[in-house]
Parts: sequence; C-alpha cells; structure tokens
Amino acid sequence: MALYSEKVMEHFRNPRNVGVIEDADGVGEVGNAKCGDIMKMYLKINDDEIIEDVKFETFGCGSAIASSSMATELIKGKPVSEAMKLTNAAVAEALDGLPDYKMHCSVLAEEAIKSALDDYYSKNGESANKSGE
Amino acid sequence: MIYADNAATTAMSEAAIARMTEVMKQTYGNPSSLYSIGQEAKEVLEQARADIASVIGANPGEIIFTSGGSEADNQAITSAARFGLRKGKKHIISSAFEHHAVLHTLNRLKEEGFEITLLDVHEDGLIRPEEVEAAIREDTCLVTIMYANNEIGTIQPIRKIGEICKSKGVTFHTDAVQAMAHIPVNVDEDNIGMLSASAHKFHGPKGVGFLYVRKGVPVYNLIEGGAQERGRRAGTENVAGIAAMAEALKEAVTDISEKMASVAAKRDKLIQGLSEIPHSAINGDASHRLPGNVNFCFEGIEGESLLLLLDDKGIQASSGSACTSGSLDPSHVLLAIGRVHDVAHGSLRLSISEDTSNEDVETIISSVGEVVEYLRSFSPIWRDLMAGKKQFIL
Ligand SMILES: Cc1ncc(COP(=O)(O)O)c(C=O)c1O
Repeated sequence: MALYSEKVMEHFRNPRNVGVIEDADGVGEVGNAKCGDIMKMYLKINDDEIIEDVKFETFGCGSAIASSSMATELIKGKPVSEAMKLTNAAVAEALDGLPDYKMHCSVLAEEAIKSALDDYYSKNGESANKSGE
Repeated sequence: MIYADNAATTAMSEAAIARMTEVMKQTYGNPSSLYSIGQEAKEVLEQARADIASVIGANPGEIIFTSGGSEADNQAITSAARFGLRKGKKHIISSAFEHHAVLHTLNRLKEEGFEITLLDVHEDGLIRPEEVEAAIREDTCLVTIMYANNEIGTIQPIRKIGEICKSKGVTFHTDAVQAMAHIPVNVDEDNIGMLSASAHKFHGPKGVGFLYVRKGVPVYNLIEGGAQERGRRAGTENVAGIAAMAEALKEAVTDISEKMASVAAKRDKLIQGLSEIPHSAINGDASHRLPGNVNFCFEGIEGESLLLLLDDKGIQASSGSACTSGSLDPSHVLLAIGRVHDVAHGSLRLSISEDTSNEDVETIISSVGEVVEYLRSFSPIWRDLMAGKKQFIL
C-alpha cells in the first residue's frame, strides 16, 4: 500500500509551475516553518483579469508540494473570479485524494492562492472577498 | 536498493531464518507438554535462554521472553513502580528522549500519582551521570535510561549510571533495544538491574524480545494466564522466534569488535560527506555513537519530501519531521537536544549495517546532496535565508 495516490506522487516528482515571478501582480505566503509547511504563490494577472502565469515555492512534505503544484494548474489561464472560488476539496480531489492527516496541505494551497489574490486586490484597491463573491 | 533504516528494523539473517524454519518444522510441540516433542521444544527454549544469558553475562533464570522491546519496557517500569508503591516510593527518574514505550508508560504512572523526573539530554544527546545522582531521592524507586538513543544513536554513560544506582540502592533499568548486538553489553560490568531488548533490531524476527531481570529484583507479570516464564509472562512461548533470536544474537556478537570498526568507518565517511552540504549539522555527539547511526539536519528543507525522493533513488531512510510522525511536532528527541522546530523538520536518519558497502556510502552521500539541493531550489525558506531576510540557524 502506498502512502499517496499515483497522482500525488506524479505531481510531487514533477511539480508544475515551480519558481518565482519577479514582477508578479500578486504574491502570497502562508504557513510557518514551525509547523513544517510554507507555501508561496506568485501571480501574473493581465488587463482582462486572467491569471496568465503562476509560480510557486514550497517548503514541506510530499503532499504539500503536490498540492501547490495542482493548485497552480487549476488556476492557470483562468479568470481571477474563478480562482477566488478554488477550494481545498477541489485540490484534494484533483489529486485523487489525500490521507486525512494531510488534508491541511490542500487547505494551505487554497489559502496561498487566496493570499496572493488578496495581495493583487489590495494593490488594486479592492478587497478580495468583495470581488470574489 | 540501499536499506539504511536498520534502526527501524533489520533484515533477518540467513542463519536466523534457517533456525526459525527448522524449529517450526521439527519442534512444534508445546514446551509445557510432558511428552517428548513438548520436551524437545522446552529444550530449544532453554538452550536459547542460556545462549542469550551468556552473551550479556547473565544467568538463564534472569531472562524473560517477551513479545519485543515495548513489552519488556512496560514490564520493567510497571514492576519497579508497583514494588516502589508498596514501600511508599513514588519517584522515577528517566530522560527526555526515551522511546515512547518508556515515556508513555511513565505518563500513565504519572496519572496514577507517580512523580517523574525527566533529565536533560543536553545538546550532545548525552546524559550526565552527576545529574542522575543529584536527582535521586529517598523515594526514588527506579532510574530508567536508554543504553543508546534510537534516533541519534548517542550511547549513554550506562556503566557510571549503573554504579551510582547500585551505590544508592535504586533499581536501574535500561532500554538496550538499539544497543544490543551492536555494541558489547554486559549486565554485571554495567551494573544493570533490568534490561530490554528486541530481536528485530539485530537481524532476528519481529515480535520477540527479552527482559533481563537481575536475581533479587522484583518483577510482576503484565499478562495473566499460565505459568510460563515461571509465572512472569503467561502465554505459550514463541519457540521458533525465540530460537531465531538467540541465533541472531550469537551471530551478531561473533567478532563484534571487527564489525563495529568496519561499520563505524562507513558511518564516519557518511558523516564527513554529509557535513560538506552547506548549512547542515550532525545531531548528537559524533564519538559516543552507535556504529551504524548517522543523523543530520539540513536547513531549508522538510524531511518527508527528502525521504520520498531518496526512496525514488533506491535509498530507504527515516526522518524526525512532523509529517513522518503523523503529528504536528517534529521528533521529541531532536527537540530534546535543543533543535528548534524549523530545522528539526529537516532531519535525516541513516542507520547502516554490515551489509552497507563503501559504494553504497558514496551513493548515499551524492544522492542526499542532490536531493537537498533540489528541494532548496524551490524552498521559500531557503530563498529568504540566501537573501539575508532570515538568519541561518545551522
Ligand atoms: C529504543 C527502543 N525501545 C523500544 C523499542 C520497541 O521495540 P519493539 O518494536 O520490539 O516493541 C524500539 C523500537 O522501535 C526502540 O528503538
């Protein structure tokens, strides 16, 4: 029996969208080193409010890296309004599930994306929650 | 495949497998039965007891067979506590980095009203005998200190602690699960009152171990039932497992000095090689250390992802990160030696054996280096450290 689904292992071994966007329109960092997980997301958003590019950096376990990777895939090329609706359950489901005690990794991925969107909105003078709903 | 997790468990030796199957096939009788095949099983059992006793300098009557290290620890500690209680002694001394088989048993006694002193293990992972001495009180009924730590491999000054306990008249138990068959252990020279050991840590089978109890030290049974083990452990004996344990132990201690030197040389090569990875540090004293144990922290990475990528490269190891323990906190051992959470999450334990080759050592060093570098390449902590936004700890 494997610890993780094949999908998790595949994203862990070949994470998508790894790296940094130097001139990002929104950056979000969540988690802390004490708990053993930190995720940082970088968003490039165009004039039509489409997420043109997204990159991540993660310090954490296999499922944290896989969750970050999957979350970036789910929002890349999507309108900001759609990205605001990303849920941790969607991330976990796209990974064919996570062990119960690893579900917090998908929560962290959702929070990292939202934190980067918050940053984008605050730079553009609007609250993320207002625009998201 | 390079198996470098021998502190978790070991592969059974050919001799132990042969002995086990031989006994299973030929000596299936119940040692308590009076007819011949029962008595043959009894003989196998008593021969194993004598062999084990002779390795550790004990008398056969002082060996109780158990289901492993955890049971032996439970029985030793519970016995000392029960006997202490009868004399109004409710204080126990132990250390902060014992195995959970010891710590959880102590926690239960604490709930029952015992007072537990957990000694500091210092940054080098070594207990100071003078601190043991200072902690002993009139009402101390037990000192229990592990022989060698299972995560960082540090070997405790057992002989001195044993001497102190002997002179103060306090029962001394040691969890020797990691030490047994890897370094010489002698219950007389070390002044040990009770000792726990487990066969699967020295190339024997899982689910079998023993508790040594010095003659005159009171011991209670945990399991009620028949009169096996002279009433100290009920249940039909695991004859084949016990015979295989004795076989594995005899084999392991043959030429033990040569084996220790050869394994320690590989360990030191690993320590040297891994030290070259920037911002890394060995956990625990480098010299008072089990021959096969290497334990490092690497700043800026997390242990579980390190283990998974090493597994992809065919290397099996372990980590004290929270993710590998299934809890939110990293290993209590690393915290006890003063590693902060941030770096304790990035730990790696390699526990090698005589089967580890020099080539394996080279492969491990280069693979760990590659994986650490890769994980750091997209670690936000590492980026902050490199940018000077955070201070390096290691
Ligand atoms: C130091 C120590 N004590 C006790 C145990 C428990 O032994 P067993 O697995 O045989 O119950 C272990 C093994 O995990 C150990 O390393």
